[in-house]
Amino acid sequence: MTEQPVDFAATKPVNSPTGASAPVKVTLGLVVAALLVALPYLARGLGHDSFVGLVTQVLIYGIAALSLNLILGYGGMISFGHGAFFGVGAYVVAILYFHHADDSAFLDLVPGTDNLLITLPAAMLVAGILAAVIGAFSLRTGGVQFIMITLAFAQMLYFLFVSLKTYGGDDGLMMRRRDVLPFVDIWGDQTFYYLCLVAAAFWLGLTALIVRSRFGFVLSGLRQNEKRLAAFGFSPYPYKLAAFVIAGMGAGLAGALMVNYLRFASPDMLHWTKSGELMMMVILGGTGTLFGPLLGAAAIVLLEAVLTAQTEHWQLPLGIILLAVVLFSRGGLAALFRQLGLGRP
Amino acid sequence: MNMLVAEQFLNGIQFGISLFLMSAGLTLIFGIMGVINLAHGSLYMIGAYAAALVAAKTGSVLLALIAGLAGAGVAGLLLEVLVINRLYDRDHLDQVLATFALILIINETATILVGRQPLFVAMPPLFSGSVTLLPGLVYPVYRLVVIGVGLVVGAGLYFLINRTRVGMLVRAGATSREMVRALGVDIKALYTLVFGLGAVLAGLAGAMAGPVLSVQVGMGEQILILAFVVVVIGGVGSVRGAFYGALLAGLIDTLARAFLPGLLRHVMNGSNADALGSGLSSMGVYLLMAVVLLVKPRGLFVKS
Repeated sequence: MTEQPVDFAATKPVNSPTGASAPVKVTLGLVVAALLVALPYLARGLGHDSFVGLVTQVLIYGIAALSLNLILGYGGMISFGHGAFFGVGAYVVAILYFHHADDSAFLDLVPGTDNLLITLPAAMLVAGILAAVIGAFSLRTGGVQFIMITLAFAQMLYFLFVSLKTYGGDDGLMMRRRDVLPFVDIWGDQTFYYLCLVAAAFWLGLTALIVRSRFGFVLSGLRQNEKRLAAFGFSPYPYKLAAFVIAGMGAGLAGALMVNYLRFASPDMLHWTKSGELMMMVILGGTGTLFGPLLGAAAIVLLEAVLTAQTEHWQLPLGIILLAVVLFSRGGLAALFRQLGLGRP
Repeated sequence: MNMLVAEQFLNGIQFGISLFLMSAGLTLIFGIMGVINLAHGSLYMIGAYAAALVAAKTGSVLLALIAGLAGAGVAGLLLEVLVINRLYDRDHLDQVLATFALILIINETATILVGRQPLFVAMPPLFSGSVTLLPGLVYPVYRLVVIGVGLVVGAGLYFLINRTRVGMLVRAGATSREMVRALGVDIKALYTLVFGLGAVLAGLAGAMAGPVLSVQVGMGEQILILAFVVVVIGGVGSVRGAFYGALLAGLIDTLARAFLPGLLRHVMNGSNADALGSGLSSMGVYLLMAVVLLVKPRGLFVKS
């Protein structure tokens, strides 16, 4: 058994660690990183403070899209229920806050808290456990059945939260304030932006490590030819399940950040259209590319912001653009950048 | 109490019939072309709007029905020619996303054309009464008509698929697309035909739903997801599976919705019981699907 059981040439577009234009890439990466760090100051200088909030959303959705891309792009598992983990992460934070404000306890057992150091890991843990359960069942199927069963589980959770009157039901659950961090005040939008930037960088780094590890190669190989990998002696199920759980935890983290940003959790965060939107981000950015999901998240969030400012009927142009992207482009924005010589060859 | 159960049972059948009309087209389109068509719910909505608008203008049930079928049929053929036929060779992901984009486009266009206000369609006077089926069981004629139409269409589909040459090709296509193509069948014409048939069935479901539900943007997606669940429960490509799956899903959904809140009231207070009951009953169909997939991963009516 070898460490890299798949034909390396075949995996190159996905897993190749370096490209020909490495200096260009490094420079570009540094410029983007510097711009992101300086963004709040640039935005204030230009008089567009609201831009910080927009980019905060890009980063949060970017984390969710990155996590979805791990299973969808690298693992080839088309999950149509990723919104569930996003929404559950959000609800974990909101419910803990609710009990904190109420001085009560969840199921009379778990006391509430507004400490971000507890709520973020809690959201990831719950989303991860949920992903383990849903994945354990769903991964027994494949193809369209997998798409539909992940959708079904997400819809079940959606209706569960709609029916929980204690936690706002249909109307969602408000948080009066953001969670708190010791020593750092994230009540301000600028510090919160930096928190999200750190989280997104962390998740991007983690994804990069995963897809270049032995685990990542096996995952990628399973997408390309599950039978061949099975013949090599890899059992697909545990690898897929592990990836599914990691992806669920990433979405949970994104949800936990989003609810802190919006100070509002609603069942809409678990709705199947949210799962569709996350898939859109991955596709638009480029499936199975490292930076693609972030590009896709930026494109969708900014596009929505621009279009909603222009017209009440913004979904029409959005739909047309998305349809055109799916029909006429292959590889999304990441491929476009690559063609411009900015990404991997 | 028993009469109440019987009435809800009939409601469940009626809902199941609507689901069947949707999922029959969906399962054929999926089974034969391998396309996941999320925009199928939009065809349902188009059928409902066409019928509702013509009914409001002319007051004629027949014209409204024809408008619903024709509207959805024409829209379906347009979709097939413009978008769907580019998706046959793509993977499921592209299909899901392209048809998801179609939903955004069609829903927003409908909002622009007819507004966000739900349309209410008057019950056709001919069917507006109720009949006494059993002592104590009074049931609206219209819902019986819907059930009847659905059963007739189901029988027609059964005949079409099992007794005609086209049906033979459809069955062959659902089993092995490649083989049918290799045998020299004009697969493009078959695709267009099947897609058109599916669209007309969705239009029929939409047109008949008008007087029972309100006609509004987004109505297609509510039934679409359930129809997909039915397709997966019954087994992809199986019209018979869609029929039984739809009745099963319709009954479970309706009966749970009708009786679960009442049962929960015994253990908790009224408004919480109602909310939890409605939530749990919405989950019922999805739970059914999860169980079916775990026991028979390819659906109830597909031999694995």
